[in-house]
Amino acid sequence: MKTSNEKLVEIYLLMKRCRAFEERAVVEYRKGNIPGFVHTSIGQEAISSAVCAMLQKDDYILTTHRGHSDILSKGARLDKMMAELFAKKTGYCKGKVGSMHIVAPECNVLGCSAIVGAGIPIACGVALACKMKNWRRVTVCFLGDGTTFTGAFHEGVGIAAAFDLPVIFVCENNQYAISTYWKDYLKLENIAARAKGYGIPGVSVDGMDAKSMAEAARDAIERAREGGGPTFIEGRTYRYYGHGQYDPGTTYRTKEEVEKWKKKDPIKKLYSLLLQERLITEIENQEIDAKLSRELDEAVKFALESPEPEIEEAGKDNYCENL
Amino acid sequence: MRELTYREAIREALREEMRRDESVFQLGEDIGRYGGTCKVTVGLIDEFGPDRIRDMPLSEAGIVGVALGAALIGMRPVAEIMYLDFTLIAADQIINQVAKTHYMSAGQLKAPLVIRTPQNCGISGAAQHSQSLEALYTHIPGLIVIFPSTPYDAKGLLKSAIRSDDPVLFIECRALYDRKGPVPEDEYLLPIGKADIKRQGKDVTVVAIARNIVQALEAAKILEREGIDIEVIDPRTMNPLDKDTIINSVKKTNKLVIVHDAWKTGGIGAEISASVAQDALDYMDAPIKRVATLDTCIPYNPKLEQYVLPKTENIVRAVKEIA
Repeated sequence: MKTSNEKLVEIYLLMKRCRAFEERAVVEYRKGNIPGFVHTSIGQEAISSAVCAMLQKDDYILTTHRGHSDILSKGARLDKMMAELFAKKTGYCKGKVGSMHIVAPECNVLGCSAIVGAGIPIACGVALACKMKNWRRVTVCFLGDGTTFTGAFHEGVGIAAAFDLPVIFVCENNQYAISTYWKDYLKLENIAARAKGYGIPGVSVDGMDAKSMAEAARDAIERAREGGGPTFIEGRTYRYYGHGQYDPGTTYRTKEEVEKWKKKDPIKKLYSLLLQERLITEIENQEIDAKLSRELDEAVKFALESPEPEIEEAGKDNYCENL
Repeated sequence: MRELTYREAIREALREEMRRDESVFQLGEDIGRYGGTCKVTVGLIDEFGPDRIRDMPLSEAGIVGVALGAALIGMRPVAEIMYLDFTLIAADQIINQVAKTHYMSAGQLKAPLVIRTPQNCGISGAAQHSQSLEALYTHIPGLIVIFPSTPYDAKGLLKSAIRSDDPVLFIECRALYDRKGPVPEDEYLLPIGKADIKRQGKDVTVVAIARNIVQALEAAKILEREGIDIEVIDPRTMNPLDKDTIINSVKKTNKLVIVHDAWKTGGIGAEISASVAQDALDYMDAPIKRVATLDTCIPYNPKLEQYVLPKTENIVRAVKEIA
């Protein structure tokens, strides 16, 4: 089945939104407005946006410290995201967790752990509960290439396979776990080949191509929803920036390599397709950019003008009940 | 009143809560047909079936992660981890994920799950099957830690733990599983975070945990013959710790002995001692004594193991030194 034109446009808008947010976050980080870490996924947006566009509103996602694009693609608001990065009271988590750990239950973003791999068994638990409740909901767990070496990854995927859980593992293979190139350690042709070890379908997809990602995601989501169990999807992609804003990303890769990947930019690629199919015009594209720029100005203004959490907030929310 | 063993009381709590609330389910290794390594869940699969008494693969981090995920969307999982020592394999899930869920979501998410696990000392389990790790978990904000000493307390506290919206580490004492005690037929709950005075006395306060309560009550009989009247307090919950009950007792007796199977260094006795020194120093007529496991790995040889663990005679001696 082909991806509908409406979906392609939707994915394009989501990708633009993710990139605009992160590019602005980098600017604000450099200005000193963001106190902690910022790990961008610039270059990787096709995976987040295509997968989330194929989900239903009541489906769940869990993500990682590099999760802005996943969370925004699932429907999170720019202003509350930016305010969380700014450590403000109006952020998604009252400014108590920052960029690496944003959860947004209002759009079913249930987990965002900076402990690599930890989200995988948790996603399986969400999927198990959906199955026990007979909810036809699917859970997507985003993870990185390095994650597939953790114990939690293997425990989680093993459990998902054992119980045919409606969960999809989406590996954003951006080539490097900080500086560690996946091919230097993995004795398989691709990361998706790990799925064979669990007897579940695994597909390796061009993660710079939103259309291919959407098709792979749709197949996996349909299978999960129909009770066919988990799927592992590897999206082959690249992060344009370093690991975090403190890493220039120059010690373990060449300029040429970065430029080579940038030529495959997922946003430019989908834009060309949309132009070719007459689904968008240059003028409409300029309008999209202008609108996003205004929305981000507003998000930054909102974050800047928002109050910090009260000091008492530091010790609140450890327990639900008054102990 | 009828008598049940500690094991039967725990099983009855599990059965009652599963009958009362469909969202309660159990997961763990060998808990179904096999009935659990310590035989606590025997027979439950016949009433509740394999979905709600779910046998899991050998994946401790997976089990706790799955429990957490299910809890995030409204289930009330009770996970069994075969031994307290094995919770260390799931320590990231317990400490970094479960305990921090409510805080890191700024109160948006809850983790109403229980992890049941037996402490196993005194049965030649050797150094990896005999540790008392309650203090380690008590150190972590966001996690309730319960460690009961009687069938009555175990049942009432486990029922409260299952109903709690906060995550609970419920430590069971293997040495007590076959011990009987009165348990009413009628349903009851016990408050989390409330100590119980197991024996009233006026001369020395003895705070003891789990099987050390049995030893402390034996010591009380011996000391009574020598004219020393000890008050025996069971905190029952390590976090939150009912310091008021302990301090009020010390204000009456002016002397304190603390007994636990955990090592002396960094054990819960250190926290109790510091609290008493801080809030009731003026009432103290003698140094605080701690009877604890020697700071060593626990040996397999029964004679050596008994040598390193607290015994009734150690309690008698410690009390007499300050009485």
